[in-house]
Parts: sequence; structure tokens; C-alpha cells
Amino acid sequence: MPISFAAQLNSVLAALILLTAFGLLAQRRIYGLLHLFAWQGLFLSISTAVVGYAAGQHHLYISSILTLALKVIVLPYILHVLIIRLKIQKEVETLVNIPATMLMGIALVIFSYHLTSPIRELSTLVTRSTIAVALATVMLGLLMMITRKHAVTQIIGFLAMENGLFFAATSATYGMPLVVELGVALDILIAAFIFGIFFFHIRTTFDSLDVEQMARLKEED
Amino acid sequence: MTILLLLGVSFIAAAILGFVGDRKFAPEINIVCSLATFVISMALAIQVYYDGSFMAGRKFFFIDAFNVYLVVLTSFVSTTTAVFSRRYMRREREHGRVGHWGMRFYHAMFQLFIFAMFLCLLTNNIGVLWIAMELATLSTVLLVSLYKTPTAIEAAWKYFILCGVGIAQALFGTVLLYFAAEKVLGEGGDALLWTNLSQVSGQLEPTVLQLAFVFLMVGYGTKVGLVPLHNWLPDAHSEGPTPISAVLSGLLLNIALYALVRCKVLVDGSLGTNLAGNIMMGFGILSILVSAFSLLRQKDIKRMFAYSSIEHMGIATFAFGLGGPIATFGALLHMLVHSLTKSSIFFTVGHAAQMHDTQEMSRIRGLIRGNPLVGWGLVLGVMAIVGMPPFGVFTSEFLILTATMKDAPLLTPFLLLGLGVAFAALFRRVQPMVAGHRPPYQHLLKVAHVPVVLHMVLVLVIGLYMPNFLSQWFHMAVELLK
Repeated sequence: MPISFAAQLNSVLAALILLTAFGLLAQRRIYGLLHLFAWQGLFLSISTAVVGYAAGQHHLYISSILTLALKVIVLPYILHVLIIRLKIQKEVETLVNIPATMLMGIALVIFSYHLTSPIRELSTLVTRSTIAVALATVMLGLLMMITRKHAVTQIIGFLAMENGLFFAATSATYGMPLVVELGVALDILIAAFIFGIFFFHIRTTFDSLDVEQMARLKEED
Repeated sequence: MTILLLLGVSFIAAAILGFVGDRKFAPEINIVCSLATFVISMALAIQVYYDGSFMAGRKFFFIDAFNVYLVVLTSFVSTTTAVFSRRYMRREREHGRVGHWGMRFYHAMFQLFIFAMFLCLLTNNIGVLWIAMELATLSTVLLVSLYKTPTAIEAAWKYFILCGVGIAQALFGTVLLYFAAEKVLGEGGDALLWTNLSQVSGQLEPTVLQLAFVFLMVGYGTKVGLVPLHNWLPDAHSEGPTPISAVLSGLLLNIALYALVRCKVLVDGSLGTNLAGNIMMGFGILSILVSAFSLLRQKDIKRMFAYSSIEHMGIATFAFGLGGPIATFGALLHMLVHSLTKSSIFFTVGHAAQMHDTQEMSRIRGLIRGNPLVGWGLVLGVMAIVGMPPFGVFTSEFLILTATMKDAPLLTPFLLLGLGVAFAALFRRVQPMVAGHRPPYQHLLKVAHVPVVLHMVLVLVIGLYMPNFLSQWFHMAVELLK
């Protein structure tokens, strides 16, 4: 596989990651979100392996396997179990203004390209063109967390953001040092257990997973 | 060696306490382990005092005057908090606010949290710093929701989500920093070591570092609780158990500020300007003013003191941003005295809330007659925190004010306004709570004397006469942060 082909393949994968990020923004069914999230993780994992091959950075294969295990298998499985046990498989979120959210998302992508242009100029890596996509994925995850009101959706937005960060590390620097990547993965795993516990707490206390109901703590006048 | 011992004790303590659970002697184990970390941290401090800064574990750990004093402070406050929490949590358990599993969880997570903070301070790798910071957040999230009331769960969810989002920005900032460092230092873990980065900070690409600092500021700034990123803080600090409020306000905010200052040194070294410092000054002044005016409207006692923490972190952030030897000295001292005073205030507030079964200030009355230690402890604590002489906070705020008048005279009125409003707001609330007769619904209870007295005496001593080794330490730290 020649380098230029690998770079192109990586760009295609970056486009797919961005596409899934937009998909997450518009998807209303909880289960659909879970599938999209798993797909995003898969693209991320393949992209990491491709970059590792093209750049001759073999430690990226470990990152790739780590992503595959964590983002495609473990986390979706945990979420799947939680969704079944909370009995919210069929839940559909009412979303207003999907077109407006999408337009905002597009604006964020353009903003990301603008923000990362100095880095693209300085970088000599084959992956430099995908840094903007990585930042855009982070921003879209953030947007998802702001616009959605369901606890599970917010968590998926959070994890999508984490995907974007991982992608940023791969495209800007061929991945962080291994100790850091392992540590981040460990943190995400702990976070997964915590939000799992939280879903049940929220459910028993508020009778639903709609975080809109949590509005008791406010500044009183 | 000492470092591994320090981390090891707190980590093993967490495991043991998770195993011991709700047995009678669990609080005592908690105290003994915290005390052990305090002794070890003192040994570490003496080592640094005589031999200067050093690295250990293949450069993985780095100790200098700046972080070693925070290590000592962290272990000290965690020890006194463990002493305080023995009686406090026992009563909460008797009143059924925490269950069997809750207590097990509480002790284990308390030690894990201390471990995470030590790791934050001691590591030389800014990537690991980020990981430890996230671990510190995660270990306290479920402590905030320990009582499982609707408000506690709401507060913890907000804490989890907002800090998660915030700290994700800091990771992006760290990636950018690594990107810039890799060009100078080459690939691999060495490019993330702070000691290496600070040596070559002049060669790092300024445009990248500028962008990185924006993300780092937003990320770690959320954890410091700077306005406008502070929304989670009053909720998280007021809904959790009081010992947790004390360590969150007294310690975790300091650690986040520590991370921010480490990054600021690198960025300003690369840019050759005071850009990062100016951004910090802006956030600092805004935090002081907004939190001072928010103090006026509070009804919940713990929430009020949480806003006061935002104000004081604002002051320290502002002073670090201002730079210069006097302001930096003031900021270091401020972190120390604020931490001691604020945790002491939370101890008395916790007792006061238990005496009245409420955190509403309008129902807390006659504290001095009810329990002189709690009443006077609160009065003196509040006098110290608003910056009255002869307490240590006065000294640090005075230093910061003098430096402001010299280097940024136009900002002095804003700083004074913030301090003045906070002074008025706190006294207006505290005076009716401590004076007057005991209300009929007040209980009398046994309180932990030692933590409050110890903290207040230390703050007083630092205000009246600063020991030589302390000022020496701060001078060393000021040199490092130039």
C-alpha cells in the first residue's frame, strides 16, 4: 500500500467519522445512537491502524486495538446492557429544530478548519489534513451534549467527544505516548461505570432519564 | 522512594478501606493512613528544602518547591478532614442519610481522591497530570451524590458532565502542546515531561502554544471554578457531605490552579509576552466580581461558602496572571491560607448544619450559645476569609493588592470592590447565625475540636509571623515561576 493511497484512505475514514458525528446529532432513537457510536469507533480504529502502517509507527497498532476493544466492543456493550436493563430500547427523543442544529454543526466544522489552519501549515505528517476533522468531531460532540436532554444521549455525546480527542492525537502527533493513552482509556472505563450507576440513580429519583427535570438547584432571588 | 511510598500509602489505604467497609474502626484507619501520608510528605519537603528540586523514577516524578508545599498542604488538610469526618459521618450514618455501602464507598473514594491529587502534583508528565485530574474528578462524583437526594444527584450529574466537557478541552490543549514539543524534543514520552518542556519553552512554536493555552485555560479553568465556567461548583460543593466540600474547596481547586500555572509558565516562555498571564487576570477579576455579588443572594450556608471559594480562586488566578515576585509570592501564600481557612469554615459549617438539621441560613441561629467552638470557629473563620488582620489571608491579599497598584493600577478599584462586597455579604449573613438565643430545634452534639483549632492557629501564626522556612520555600517557588 503506497503512502499516498494510505493518506487518501485516511481522509475517507476521517470523512466517515465526521459523517457519523453528524448522524449522532440528528438521530432520535437511543438504539440508533448506539450503533452510530460503535461505527464511529470502528472507523477510528481502522484509521489509527492505517496511519500506523503509513507512518511506520507500530505503537499505533496497540492504540488501534485498544480503540477497537474499548470503543467498539466494551463501551457499546455496557451501554447495550444498561439500555436493556433500564427498558428504554424503544425510547425516542423529541428533537426540535434538527435543521438548525445541523447548520450550527456545519458552522462548527468551518470554524475548526479556520482554527487549525496554523497547525496544518506547520505539520509535516501525512495526517495533517484530518486535524480539522478531529476538532470538528470534538465540537460536534459538545453541541450534542448541549442540545440533547436525555442522560444516555448526553453520555454518548461525551464519548463521541473523547473519540474526537483520540483522533486529534493520532492526526496531529501520531498518537500520544502509550502511558498517556492507556491512562485515558482507564479513565473512560471508570467513567463508564460511574454513568452506569448514575442512570439508575437518576431513574429511581426522577422517574425518567430526562435531565430537563433536574432544575432544582438554581439561584433564588 | 519517598514518592512511591506516599502514593502507595494512599492507594493501598483506598483498597483496605474498600475491604474494611462499614466496620467500627474504618474512620480510624482513614485517619492513620492520612497521618502517614502527612509524615511522608514532611520528609519529602525537608529533602527538597535542603537538596533543592529533583526528579525520580526515570524522570517520571518531579519535585520542586512549588509542588512540594502543595503536597504537604494536601496531606495535612486530608488528615484533619479525616479527623473531622469521623464524628460527622458517624452521625450521618446514625441518622440514616448514608447506608452501609455508602460508608464503605465514602472511605475508599476519599483515599483514592487523595491519591489522585498526589499523582497530579508529583508527576512530571503533563499527560499523566491530565489523567490524574480526571481521576480526581471521577472519584468525587459519586461522593457528591452520596445522599441520593434529588438535588444531590442533580449536582453530581452537573459536576460529572460539565467537568468532563471542560477537561476534554484540556486534553485537546495537551495534544497541541505535545505537537509543538515533538518538533523540538522528538517523539516519545520525553516530549511531555514538564522539566524538558520548560527548558526549551523558548523554541516552542508560539502560534500553536497560543491556541493550546486557550484550550488549557478553558479546561483547567472549569476545574478551578473560574467564572463563567463555574456553574457546577456551588452545586457540587453544597450538596455533598461536608468533609467532601472541605477537600473539594480546600484542595482540588488548588490542584487545578497548579496545573494551569504550570501550563502558563510554558506558554509565556514560548510567546515571550504576558498573553497567558493577561488571560488569567481577566478570568480572575471576572470571578472575583461575579462571585462577590452572588454571595449577597445566597440562602444556603454551604453554597455561600462555595461562592467564596470561587472568589478566592479568582484572586489567586489573578495574582499568578499578574506575575512578578510580589504577586506570585502573594498567590502562593493565598492558596495556602485559603485552603486552611476554607476547610476550617466547612468543618464548623458542617457541625452547625447538623445542629439544626438544615443548611438554610435563616434557620441557623444562636451558634455561640449552642456550642462556643462552632460559633467562635465560624466567626474567626469568616473574619480570616474576608481578609481581616491579623490572619494570613490579610497578608496575602495585601501583597496582591500592593503588586496590583504597582503593575496594573487601573484594576485596583475592581479588586477592592470585589473584596468589599464579599466582606459585607459574608458578615451580614454570619452575624445573625452566631449571635442571639438558641432556637428550640437546635441539638447539642459532640464536635471535633482539633481540626478547627489547628487550622485557625496556623492561619493566625502565618498572619502574625511567617516562619523562615516558609518564606524561603515561597521564594524558591517564585524563582521557578518567573
